[in-house]
Amino acid sequence: MVIGLEVHAQLKTSSKLFSSSPNQFGSDPNENVNFIDSGMPGMLPVLNFGCIEKAIKTGFALNFTINKHSVFERKNYFYPDLPQGYQISQFEFPILTEGFINIESGQNQKKIRIERAHLEQDAGKSIHDIDPKYSFIDLNRVGTPLLEIVSYPDLKSADEVVSYMSSLRQVLMYIDVCDGNMQEGSLRADVNLSIRKPGGELGTRCEIKNLNSFKFIRQAIEYEFQRQIEVIESGGVIEQNTMLFDTSSGETRAMRSKEFSHDYRYFPDPDLLPVNITQEQIDKIQHTVGELPSQKLERYINELKIEKDIAKIIIAEKENTDVFEKIHNETEVPPKLIASWLVGDIFAFIKENNLDVLSLLNKTKAIGELLKLILDDIISNKIGKEILPRVLNDQGSPSEIVKEMDLEQVSDSGELEKIIDDALKGEEDNISKYQGGSDRVLGYFVGKCIKATKGKGNPKLINKLLLKKLQK
Amino acid sequence: MKQSISQIKSSLQKKEISVEELHDEFFKIAKSNINNSYNLILDKEHNKSFITESQKRYDNSKPLPLDGIPLGIKDLFCTKGIRTTASSKILSNFIPNYESFVTQQLLKDGSIFLGKNNCDEFAMGSSNETSHFGPVVNPWKNKNEPDNNLVPGGSSGGSAAAVAEGSCVASMGTDTGGSIRQPASLCGIVGLKPTFGSCSRWGIVAFASSLDQAGPLTNCVEDAAHILNSISKFDFNDSTSSNHTRDDYVSELNQKTDQKIKIGIPSDYLQGVSKDILNQIENTKKVLSKNNIEFLDVKFSTTEYALSTYYILAPAEASSNLARYDGIRYGVREKGENLDDIYLNSRTEGFGDEVTRRILIGAYVLSAGYYDAYYRQAQKVRRLIKNDFQRIFEEVDFILTPTTPNEAFKIGDKLDPISMYKNDIYTVPTSLAGLPGISIPSGLSSNGLPLGIQFIGNYFQEKKLLQIAALAEKELAFNE
Repeated sequence: MVIGLEVHAQLKTSSKLFSSSPNQFGSDPNENVNFIDSGMPGMLPVLNFGCIEKAIKTGFALNFTINKHSVFERKNYFYPDLPQGYQISQFEFPILTEGFINIESGQNQKKIRIERAHLEQDAGKSIHDIDPKYSFIDLNRVGTPLLEIVSYPDLKSADEVVSYMSSLRQVLMYIDVCDGNMQEGSLRADVNLSIRKPGGELGTRCEIKNLNSFKFIRQAIEYEFQRQIEVIESGGVIEQNTMLFDTSSGETRAMRSKEFSHDYRYFPDPDLLPVNITQEQIDKIQHTVGELPSQKLERYINELKIEKDIAKIIIAEKENTDVFEKIHNETEVPPKLIASWLVGDIFAFIKENNLDVLSLLNKTKAIGELLKLILDDIISNKIGKEILPRVLNDQGSPSEIVKEMDLEQVSDSGELEKIIDDALKGEEDNISKYQGGSDRVLGYFVGKCIKATKGKGNPKLINKLLLKKLQK
Repeated sequence: MKQSISQIKSSLQKKEISVEELHDEFFKIAKSNINNSYNLILDKEHNKSFITESQKRYDNSKPLPLDGIPLGIKDLFCTKGIRTTASSKILSNFIPNYESFVTQQLLKDGSIFLGKNNCDEFAMGSSNETSHFGPVVNPWKNKNEPDNNLVPGGSSGGSAAAVAEGSCVASMGTDTGGSIRQPASLCGIVGLKPTFGSCSRWGIVAFASSLDQAGPLTNCVEDAAHILNSISKFDFNDSTSSNHTRDDYVSELNQKTDQKIKIGIPSDYLQGVSKDILNQIENTKKVLSKNNIEFLDVKFSTTEYALSTYYILAPAEASSNLARYDGIRYGVREKGENLDDIYLNSRTEGFGDEVTRRILIGAYVLSAGYYDAYYRQAQKVRRLIKNDFQRIFEEVDFILTPTTPNEAFKIGDKLDPISMYKNDIYTVPTSLAGLPGISIPSGLSSNGLPLGIQFIGNYFQEKKLLQIAALAEKELAFNE
């Protein structure tokens, strides 16, 4: 199977591509609409340069050639949610050309070439299921800035597509170009798929439109792949169609065939000047790109000595790294300890309680303090895990909680020795077993002692003292 | 003779007339609308507060630049709360909730709008016969056929007729291929098309975005300068608006320079034109030559391509600009079985023949397989036309041409589109180049009808252009 992807990324800007209306999701219908968005007579678009900056940032992050000269054109077609009767997009002269991204494919890295990326306006939404007789139009999304990122047909499987899409999403979120929220449609993909025998000529492709989750992308690809194979094997030919993916049945079906495809009559928008960017502007934007996920991963592994698997979990989402780096900057706890706690109990807590990872940003000091208590042997790892929910629920600082619950680790060797002596009473059999060479018994004794301290005994110290006593 | 803006202001200042009396005088003529030059006339009630405020400013001796001046506004400018139709059925019920940039400036400077002037539908036409509200009648009559109604030219025909009939002091028009200059010429008044980018297009119903430009139709050159002072400003909301520093166009209007002025006359423009038209140029040469002005013969190499280029590019842009009139959000919607039917019926019913023709031409020249042969080629020729003008402006300061190849013709006379399009042969090249041009009345034809000449200047040279036009106006003494 041969796949190329067109990914539409909604840019994270405060206003739209060509109007000053707010660019935000979740407002009441037609709330974020001004005269330009609604296509009123005589209204003119004015380019939001913030969108150019976001595109250029993407250019750096995805290894694109950044074109100093680009042109907005009109793509003409009629639809009620397209008030101007045309979409302003880039066609002949896009802002970005010839980029690439490295993705993981199985155990290997694979370079996926990206043909181009261009800026364009989103359309509004038609709603057909409110009333049996009428359709409703919500123009809030009209004019929202999109960056359409068009890959070469370098992808060979659903796994690769998902890997490509998630790498892309990760990068765009890192550089603050897109919020990556696929459910809200901030990132959507059109999948172009064809099949061929190994080494054979490229087949006719079908385009599956508007997929907005990794699950649907995978399902749609798998379904369409089987469909095309069945058509060919039963002696048929693939028609070049635009397909829709029905999320309830998990099937793709033809929306329109090429015969009925639009002639969009692209031409340069005479209301807008060509976009000419200077090297100075580009240089200035380059400084805002920041650390990319691949660079971060390398740093976490090589400089911070975090295990690869754990580092990968953290860098998977930009917010994770925000939390991790904040804790790291605020405390002297080894990054490795922070990392393992973060991806372990802390993320588990977040998941269980359905919280946002970013909510941890207010709790980094407390987390750091907790880890420091563990590091300094004031409390045991186990106690740490026990009180974590209280710390994350803001029920006092870790040291207060520890004090209040009298959980400080018992590290007084005199006290521990007494406990050990008590524990060893009546254990003559086991003691001789140990002395006879059975190491397992040691664990049993340690456990017994810790139990006697209600979990507060310092296991390391207990171990040490026990060994001493048993050797006598 | 009609009074100029300066003269009217002076009378208002001296209390020889009140703002209200001035308004009523013009309003009375407008109200009768004998030439159908208005699509809508604002009743006095609407303007009452404007009149009162204006009078107060005169009473306090602090009048604004255009205080109390009654103006007509082409029905292509969106006016807040006032119906704006572009003379089309499809917008016949449209009331904008915003004021175009240009009319905002005019209101800010104290002028009072009398109504919306009739024009060709979506400014597409050269005779004002394509209006949904019926043709406008030229106030001038052919002395040999006085019973015939003549066209005022177009597309700003209502504006030209309104100024000529004396129902307003001046009117705002728009010019895409000659729509200010040609009707001004046929109605015996002054029409100025400024450099593209001088006056914001924000809030003007778009015809061809790369060509549309607002400008005044006035009784005299000085009035045009007054209006230009008001409307020529940078506007952030129009990406093609120029932010160069504007001159004061009025103050040095009659200043003479010691330097020799060179005016080029393109001889190829004059081949085969009528004696009447040729006389205008000859006469202008004669009256101006005593003013240290040298006339040179200049030759364009692109003249023959200008009209075809225009009639590819303007319809191409129009086909897209007019896509928004789909009957969905505003304007007239016709019933239909399904969405395609609603589009088809609304647009078929809503647009007149000329508009439909240009949308079809425009869609054709942009369509796959024809784009390179038509649209792209036309863009290249447009560049050559610009270069052609620049080459000539290296030799001369101004170019002098007739404004139109003929006098006003009978309503219904020019039925085939091509001969209608040819009416703009002298104005279209300037539009394609984006240069400023002004038409001033130069004399009468043998039928007693007004004819105009056009001066073309280089980019943003409106100040000099108005100076030479004012000089020619004085020497030609058409108004006297």
